[in-house]
Amino acid sequence: MSDKPLPAVPYLKIPDDGEPFIEGHRCSSCGATFLGVRDNCSKCGARDGMKPVRLSNQGELYSYCIVHRSFPGIEVPYVSAIVDLDGGGTVKGNLINVEPDPSKIDFGMPVEVVYDDALGRKDSDGNSYLSYFFQPRT
Amino acid sequence: MTDAYVVGVDMIKFGRFPEKTVPQLGAEAALLALDDCGLKIQDMQALYCGNLGQASGMVGQRLLQEIGQTGIPVVNVSNACATGATAFREAWTSVKAELYDLVLAVGVEQMGRGLLGGGGGGRGISKEGLLGSGTMPSVFAEAGMEHSRNHGTTFEQFAKVSVKNHHHSTMNAKAMYQIETPLDVVMNAEMISYPNTKLMCSVNVDGSAAAVIASEKKARELGLMDRAVKVRASVLTSDPWQERDLVMPDVNTCTRKAAAAAYDMAGLGPDDIDLIELHDCFATAEILHYENLGLCKDGDAGRLIDDGDVELGGRIPVNVSGGLLSKGHPLGATGIANIYEVSTHLRGEAGKRQVDGARIGLTHVIGLGSACGIHILEKAA
Repeated sequence: MSDKPLPAVPYLKIPDDGEPFIEGHRCSSCGATFLGVRDNCSKCGARDGMKPVRLSNQGELYSYCIVHRSFPGIEVPYVSAIVDLDGGGTVKGNLINVEPDPSKIDFGMPVEVVYDDALGRKDSDGNSYLSYFFQPRT
Repeated sequence: MTDAYVVGVDMIKFGRFPEKTVPQLGAEAALLALDDCGLKIQDMQALYCGNLGQASGMVGQRLLQEIGQTGIPVVNVSNACATGATAFREAWTSVKAELYDLVLAVGVEQMGRGLLGGGGGGRGISKEGLLGSGTMPSVFAEAGMEHSRNHGTTFEQFAKVSVKNHHHSTMNAKAMYQIETPLDVVMNAEMISYPNTKLMCSVNVDGSAAAVIASEKKARELGLMDRAVKVRASVLTSDPWQERDLVMPDVNTCTRKAAAAAYDMAGLGPDDIDLIELHDCFATAEILHYENLGLCKDGDAGRLIDDGDVELGGRIPVNVSGGLLSKGHPLGATGIANIYEVSTHLRGEAGKRQVDGARIGLTHVIGLGSACGIHILEKAA
């Protein structure tokens, strides 16, 4: 078992000496940004031009839905959000610290990425995980 | 190149048939389609069989074990919810290419109940409800909310799609349900993923549909032109790159691309179409496709549903079968079932839900991931 939390997804990076961040890859030919690792660019087809990039922790809410029915053990309701990060990259995650009510959620609202324990979820070896969430920016 | 015609087409009544096997369900539709044109399995030169749930299970061959093992080539097709349309298109392609002049396309699915999608995969812990939601109701709710963001589309407008399609299905004995669902019932049904309530989600059902496709020469030779339906366009697209498509599957761009290609192939425009069966896997999705298929300007889809343009009797009736929302959505069968629906109207055989004077119709499916299949059909002259 790991003595530190593991990243919930491979594109969440947890440096030994620094803050966690979301990593993307950017095409040096056309500038397209991808979450996670890419060898080639699926926008322009360029090869060998993908460079790792640290995505911003600030962005705005692009779209969302409010989930009322899920699988057993998953707490509802919650807001499933699509967020455009400043400087490129679109990420999906839970929008927290907001009422799950469409009248309280505005398209384009500024949000920030926060990192926290993955809702207590552990794998079969008992490892804990670190995940990311979005919350309204004040 | 020859023209290709649908000469026989049918579907079983959609429902839940756990006592049957997938090949048995497919065989029922295959026999119905053969009977529709008075032909036998021995007349078929190839079989294109669409199924998702048993994609590695040689469903087409097992179907022939139910109705006649003639040794013809069998192609098993899997392409998400575009599976049936893709099988039909492969069959059409083989006739257009003059490899064969009489072929069979079948789509079949046996479904469980409950939420589709959201299973995640990969190692570690489940991501559902941790990194948003990947269930189909959520994915299509988010696609609908993008439309709300851009055009102010309301929950009520999305819900009206369900009212309309459920109403249409009351006139279709082959639909899973024949139940009126007034607006307040749709809007107050259990919320699954806002803005999609339970009645705004397609129904998981078992079903099958089949079509016999013939070259023009063969259709004439067999005396089948009276009820034949000409395939004016067959188009399949995948999703071009979009900046958000890694986390937000884009069903719009691939549909627009397919629609443009299909109208071009047919030499027609949206104004020439008399009825449409489109991919209403969720009520939110139908609204998007009014614009994607060019039925109205971008931003006018909400008005289209408000004004009744897309109802039976309206300017361009959409999903008069009841759609996936009420007829049901057996994933691999859907693409051929909507070809059955449009063909039935073009033949003037749709009974109470008949679109008066229907001459040209369009079918559309989306397989998330993504694939878009569009067919334009016309009553043979």
